[in-house]
Amino acid sequence: MNLVWKAKLADRLFDLFLYLFMITVGIVTVYPFLNMLAISLNDAVDSVRGSIYLLPREFTWENYKQIFMYSNLLTAFKNSVLRTVIGTVLGILSASMIAYVLSRKDFIARKPISLIFVLTLYFSGGLIPGYMLMRELHLMNTFWVYILPGLVNAWNVFVIRSYMDGLPISLQESAKLDGANDLTIFFKIILPLCKPVLATIALFIAVGQWNSWFDTFLYNSGTAELTTLQYELMKILSNTQAGTSGDLSRTGDPSVSAQVSPESIRAAITITATLPILIVYPFLQKYFVKGLTLGAVKS
Amino acid sequence: METAKSLQPARSAFSNKKSKFRIVFEQRYLFLMSLPFVVWLLVFNYLPLWGWTMAFQKFKPGRSFSEQEWVGFDNFVMLFQDPMFYLVLRNTLAMSFMGLIAGYTVPILFAILLNELRWMLFKRVMQTVSYLPHFVSWVVAAGIITKMLSSDGGIVNEVLVSLHIIDQPIQFMSQGKWFWAIVTLSDLWKEMGWNSIIFLAAIAGIDPELYEAAKVDGAGRFRRIWHITLPGIRSTLMVMLILSIGWLTSIGFEKQFLLGNALVQDYSQVLDLYVLNYGINLGRYSYGTAIGIFNSFVAITLLLISNRIFKRWTNESVI
Repeated sequence: MNLVWKAKLADRLFDLFLYLFMITVGIVTVYPFLNMLAISLNDAVDSVRGSIYLLPREFTWENYKQIFMYSNLLTAFKNSVLRTVIGTVLGILSASMIAYVLSRKDFIARKPISLIFVLTLYFSGGLIPGYMLMRELHLMNTFWVYILPGLVNAWNVFVIRSYMDGLPISLQESAKLDGANDLTIFFKIILPLCKPVLATIALFIAVGQWNSWFDTFLYNSGTAELTTLQYELMKILSNTQAGTSGDLSRTGDPSVSAQVSPESIRAAITITATLPILIVYPFLQKYFVKGLTLGAVKS
Repeated sequence: METAKSLQPARSAFSNKKSKFRIVFEQRYLFLMSLPFVVWLLVFNYLPLWGWTMAFQKFKPGRSFSEQEWVGFDNFVMLFQDPMFYLVLRNTLAMSFMGLIAGYTVPILFAILLNELRWMLFKRVMQTVSYLPHFVSWVVAAGIITKMLSSDGGIVNEVLVSLHIIDQPIQFMSQGKWFWAIVTLSDLWKEMGWNSIIFLAAIAGIDPELYEAAKVDGAGRFRRIWHITLPGIRSTLMVMLILSIGWLTSIGFEKQFLLGNALVQDYSQVLDLYVLNYGINLGRYSYGTAIGIFNSFVAITLLLISNRIFKRWTNESVI
């Protein structure tokens, strides 16, 4: 009897620590976002006093008005949206098209083409040859440098192909008997059947496009019209970081930090750069978890 | 393979001496669909490899290839004589290994604990929350982390001070000794939930009857985890370990670039950043390419060494 009781107690204790641990993890994950949101909605001058945690103390939309009045940011927002939409559409079309070709076991060039795709997973030219290439191709300071270099990702191709391998082959055969060519089969039969995996990969491509800043930094930093949201945020971050490292706000001139308040601006841009993801994320979560486990189990 | 057989009229026809041209003609749409991407691959993935020759030249932009001056291994000699290089190499290896150990073990632990939650709604909420940081950019993450660790009202310092663990706020972001830990922990914060998905899926595949049987036999929670959950996901653990070893040196530079600053440079500079600073910002293309080649060389060496060790342990192989 004593033993059973002991076991039960251990079990309860385990549960207690488990839930405490999980709640801690949850707070550590979510709090920073909520804190940023609160700061972004709080009066900039008041924010400098600190101690804003979950709720704004003096509510205002002023910070958001400020950042969008700063015209660079509207351009940046437009470019981020544009590269996300164009990059995702072209990316998903390319990846699925090449995946379809590689899923056709009868295609005579299947093996060599597969091979040159696989090899890209293992090596790349590196930063400088890549940079030189963009220069030679005159892609620097153009919008296309956001789309072209990363157009196809071998990993995505293989995930889509493994999904296509699972489709019944008879559909393609009967279409062929009806006189459909490979192009028609791909667009009319295969693509609609691949919706779940395409949704997953599309989400990954879209998030990647929306979040990238380094290509703007490397190739387009000289062209203000091609700036992106993440790049603008990066610039503000590196500016303010130079400030925090010397702890300007504590020992330095308080009037400077009070007027500019980079903290509020930074918080507002952070939320602007995060919000689109937060909005689509819950809708797609079911898809990507399924898609990811499927892709990983098969490859 | 069964399904594949039925869609092979072309190949069987081939053995019936149908001419190759005929097959190419029949598959013209497949060629049409793949050709642009083959060209794309050659240009964007294979052409840059040609750029490696730069490392053996005193490359001057604007000259044609034949006009470049060849210098043999001079750039590499210069590299190995630069004391900064060893510092950078140390930082790269340190952060790679810390990332490998933490980034592999913690998601496993998290998945196991998540699986122990019996209140399903809570479990689902926990999962959703833990994947979230994966989807924000490193720029956003770095901004958030800098804010949280700030010595001026950052929540971490405030909590530590109010718990009397420390008397004075710590200047996390401006002291080199904290940098590696900050990078590793930030990565964990961002990717732990996401990386646990695969382990969670593996755990979900374990036969629930095994747990029931163990329960009847009087096994407690820990024993069930130890004797059923862990062996049950053994093959997934192995595959993921292999993959993480393969990614060992591809730590990139995003985190280091975004979280670092001039004050912590001695700890934050990694090989890729070194390439960026010397190669592109200073226009020393040949030198930068040499560093890039060295980086790939380190990656392959590490992969081979870890593969050897791994093979001895488990008789399984990475490559």
